[in-house]
Amino acid sequence: MSLREDIERFAEDRALLKIYEKIEDGRRLDFEDGIKLFETTDILTLGRLASFVNEKKNGKLVYFVVNRHINPTNICIGNCKFCAFRKSKGDEGAYELTIEEILKKAGEYVDKGITEIHLVGGLHPDWSYDYYLQMIKELHEAYPDVNIQAFTAEEIDYLSRIGRKEIEEVIIDLVKAGLGSIPAGGAEIFNTKVRNSLCPEKLTAQRYLEVHKTAHRFGLKSNASILYGHVESYRDRVEHLLMLREAQDETGGFQAFLSFAYHPENTALGGKKTTGFDDLKMLAAARLLLDNFPHIRAFWIMLGEKLAQTSLFFGVDDLDGTVVEEEITRCAGADTGSYMPKSRLIKLIKEAGKIPVERDSVYNVVNVYYGEE
Amino acid sequence: MEREINFIKDKRLIPVAEKVFSGERLDFEDGLILFESGDLLSIGYLASFVNEKKNENKVYFNVNVHITPTNICIGTCKFCAFRKNKDDEGAYELTIEKIIEKLDSLNLDGVTEVHIVGGLHPDWGYEYYLEMVKRIKEEYPFIQIKAFTAEEIKHIAERGEKSIEETLKEFKEAGLSSMPGGGGEIFNPEVRDKLCPEKISAEEYLDIHKTAHRLGIKTNATMLFGHVESYRDRVEHLLMLRETQDETGGFQAFIPLAFHPINTKIEGADYTTAVDEMKTLAISRLLLDNFDHIKAYWIMLGEKVAQLSLFYGVDDLDGTVVEEEITQAAGAKAGKYMPKERLIRLIKEAGKIPVERDALYNVVKIY
Repeated sequence: MSLREDIERFAEDRALLKIYEKIEDGRRLDFEDGIKLFETTDILTLGRLASFVNEKKNGKLVYFVVNRHINPTNICIGNCKFCAFRKSKGDEGAYELTIEEILKKAGEYVDKGITEIHLVGGLHPDWSYDYYLQMIKELHEAYPDVNIQAFTAEEIDYLSRIGRKEIEEVIIDLVKAGLGSIPAGGAEIFNTKVRNSLCPEKLTAQRYLEVHKTAHRFGLKSNASILYGHVESYRDRVEHLLMLREAQDETGGFQAFLSFAYHPENTALGGKKTTGFDDLKMLAAARLLLDNFPHIRAFWIMLGEKLAQTSLFFGVDDLDGTVVEEEITRCAGADTGSYMPKSRLIKLIKEAGKIPVERDSVYNVVNVYYGEE
Repeated sequence: MEREINFIKDKRLIPVAEKVFSGERLDFEDGLILFESGDLLSIGYLASFVNEKKNENKVYFNVNVHITPTNICIGTCKFCAFRKNKDDEGAYELTIEKIIEKLDSLNLDGVTEVHIVGGLHPDWGYEYYLEMVKRIKEEYPFIQIKAFTAEEIKHIAERGEKSIEETLKEFKEAGLSSMPGGGGEIFNPEVRDKLCPEKISAEEYLDIHKTAHRLGIKTNATMLFGHVESYRDRVEHLLMLRETQDETGGFQAFIPLAFHPINTKIEGADYTTAVDEMKTLAISRLLLDNFDHIKAYWIMLGEKVAQLSLFYGVDDLDGTVVEEEITQAAGAKAGKYMPKERLIRLIKEAGKIPVERDALYNVVKIY
């Protein structure tokens, strides 16, 4: 038997060969292709396809950012069933940081070379539009060289409601205050039925996309996400990805796609943790369907360090950041810790045979780590 | 089919792949080429090819409990975070009654194996160890006892001033079913001297296992990787195991153990990374052509890597475990108990067939 015949036998799932041909010809994958990607158990072939696409886009470069997350409050008027972070006012463990405390938290790390402050939190019932703006303004004034990546589409939508302003005005105000980019959160699952069962009060899929597209028109970059592994079907995942692809066709303002693995502990929804197999499938399928997204990012806080590293062979080219303090996933049972030293990120990337590139929030290169450090 | 995925990116792997496909045995150089390659997916394909020929779509696990009778140990292995001196804070020793009590307190419904390994206690005699096995067998005749690493067997034999063969014979009569693989560490004498100069040598380790095999006691084999050893040391280790297996055929499974650095005496050591772990599992599958099973020990690898390793040549996820102490002491992050349902889900989701086995790979149930 020739080597060639043996290789042919490896790609057990013939449906993937058809998809490979499409990718090689530069033809766009459709809904049915997406379903096949999720239904396959031939995960190594899926990884090969995703790597093929990723390497065309990013070569051997793997990005990361030295950043600090700050969650200003966990008090939230929302009641998303998958959330273990939110509290009502007066609940035990409810907290709200003052602007001074936020500045202090950021300041501790500015000297250590962070290039990004990542700020997302609850929808606080008492904080005003101006208070949110003030938060950004003071952060920006105190640390003008650090990019502020803040407020998910849900929070921006909330600002538009409490400030009685159009999304466009909110974005303009935030940019004037010093906002640099917008994070990915709040997308959850776009499918209306599933969305209504998980978080009926949250902004709609259309509104999420509108916020991002508006930001893009002002030159702001943003990221996109999905929350998977709860009650959604493969069809819902594919639909979600294709809606993002369509939005990206319009504006081109998305930088990275992140997939958030559902964590069930302490949530109203309950259920099970995702498995490594499903995590990798999600990332690889995203790389293949989102042909107009430059980056696919593995958020190690949610996936664990080991899976994040492995994902570099499944289409991922970004390991997010050092993070420092993350509360939202930890409350739902993440056991990954919330700080990853830069040196460990570099080691993970190098050991995978790739080139570590430190970036800022908007993918400017800060440093490339060739050879021995 | 006109076109094909040319899946091997690292061209150095092609001659190795050809050997794998034609069933030819790999040699030392092949092993090194594999470890030096960064083409993880290709290595995974090759390992899966071999694994599927041996085990098809089956993935084994067992429902077991661990008993660690003592952490007091006369050994001084530098990679160990578990051992204590007698007077140290946190030192413990379980009496046989306590062990039975402990087992009684666990839910033993459906448990088929009790796994016993622990320190080399300075005061416990041969009879004490023997009694431990006897009592457990009396109390739980249906549970198989997988006990004592080669290092402990040597310690016990010395205590009783008996040969290894006599010792193993008596323990077998007392109820010992099989032996775990611990104590393999790294065979290379230079590295071994650095890590654990007082431990049994590689030759002794292999001799004890061979003696067990001749007496009809099945055993497992291990390698501790990710500390100070080189790729050459790993390949050498694997080939020594392969040679031994050629002689006796008594090894059931090979288990690469990922080094855990916390509280150990190895300076500058770090946790292993997933890429190195999967590579090591896959290459073990490729080099150990005469081992039936490659086992991913989820306690050391974490659940997610253990599941993914099913695509890197692994066909066994070990067990439900319940109460593991040794890796915990060195900073394990994976927890110490995995419900059977979760193991089954991990296997099924990977498109494989979960097979519950006992300690000797008899099939208990197929899911």
